[in-house]
Amino acid sequence: MNFMENLFGPFYGNMIGLLLSATRYTIYLSLAAFFGGGLLGLILTVFKISPSRILRWFATGYIWLFQSIPLLMLLFLLGLGVPTFYQIDIPPWLAAGTALTLFTSAYMSEVWRGALESIPTGQWEAGKAVGLTFMQNLCWIIAPQAFRIAIPSTVGFMIQVIKGTSMAYIIDYDDLMRWGKRIANSQLDGAEPFVVFPIVALIYFSLCFPLSLWAKHLEKQARDS
Amino acid sequence: MNKENLAISISGMSKWYDDFKVLTDIDLSVTFGERIVICGPSGSGKSTLIRCLNHLEEHQKGSIVVDGIELYPGMKNPELVRRTVGMVFQSFNLFPHLTILENCILPQRRALKRSKEQAREVAMKFLERVKIPEQADKYPRQLSGGQQQRVAIARALCMEPKIMLFDEPTSALDPEMVSEVLDTMIELALSGITMLCVTHEMGFARKVADRVIFMDTGQIIESNAPETFFSQPKHPRAKEFLGQIL
Repeated sequence: MNFMENLFGPFYGNMIGLLLSATRYTIYLSLAAFFGGGLLGLILTVFKISPSRILRWFATGYIWLFQSIPLLMLLFLLGLGVPTFYQIDIPPWLAAGTALTLFTSAYMSEVWRGALESIPTGQWEAGKAVGLTFMQNLCWIIAPQAFRIAIPSTVGFMIQVIKGTSMAYIIDYDDLMRWGKRIANSQLDGAEPFVVFPIVALIYFSLCFPLSLWAKHLEKQARDS
Repeated sequence: MNKENLAISISGMSKWYDDFKVLTDIDLSVTFGERIVICGPSGSGKSTLIRCLNHLEEHQKGSIVVDGIELYPGMKNPELVRRTVGMVFQSFNLFPHLTILENCILPQRRALKRSKEQAREVAMKFLERVKIPEQADKYPRQLSGGQQQRVAIARALCMEPKIMLFDEPTSALDPEMVSEVLDTMIELALSGITMLCVTHEMGFARKVADRVIFMDTGQIIESNAPETFFSQPKHPRAKEFLGQIL
């Protein structure tokens, strides 16, 4: 972290170095939630629009459940409740990753279902009329059209996921937030909350802002095409 | 006539949307090669009837047999019947994310498992037949309505169906584009394919139809050769209808 020390002096250089290195874990958790939640969300979306009533009910129930439970509650349940109740050890990264995956998948599948449903029924019918099965129709006709519509809001939701990871500090996941809090709680001069938290906020901002610009750009692109 | 030799055989068929009965006791037999025009006032169930023939709609009572395949509510493999029945829609319904050529190739590749080369060859053959091979690499939105509808006809023909269904194919077109689509349909009719067309184009009916079917309030109330139907309609509703559109 010599670079940071040269830039900000030994004290702040060290602090920022610590925060940045903790940011890696924020990014890992975000990516895990995004890909895990995305994959699960994709399956749920297919369930939700499938011809099978049982699969539709399952998906609907799942989405209701995980959209109605606050993320913080999910973290408590998985990080503290389940380990205590079953007397098992769940590492914080696993509890946090699972909670965020459940949370993300429910929201993502709603975004994607909305995009799929915005495709005119005439497209489904044309696909059926040329002899495509439900899955062929979905994969080759409907999803490619829905994909373009859904990209901006999907990227936008990544921002929610990144911000959501900050709650994982509550179950001792060692991310940016937790290190920020730890440093702010220390009695060191110059590490007061009003100094540390703006730095933490700035790091979150620099993760989210580019995504927000990207989402805007994609939205404009989708409108123009 | 033996039932197996019929392209379509419908008997005692009824359909409801919830409590509302849209089709009542339909009986209709169509032999291979027959060309049928279905007309009637809007809301009479014409479109619903032909949409039942490729299982885009389910009927609740009676039986429908299409090319030897019995259709029933909740049937497992409706795509089997859809591969022998082509359909052209009022609003074209081309796939906007695919080029004209890809629109014609994709269904062949996925539903019939044809090779890329073969699918391409067939697609070009039918695009030439509807006289737009030069538009092959464009996207649907770059074409006029008439051209899009001709592509839709080509796309359906690429599956080499035995039966073609047309659901008001010229109703969404600007007047100057109607004739190019009708010419394509007439050419197709003369090729001997089985056709069922829901249309108000009575000139087309006179020219190619073997039979004109008149529907009202979900029933077939008249079925006759076009000369007879146009000159001596029997039913008062048919007379009134013809009076309005001719």
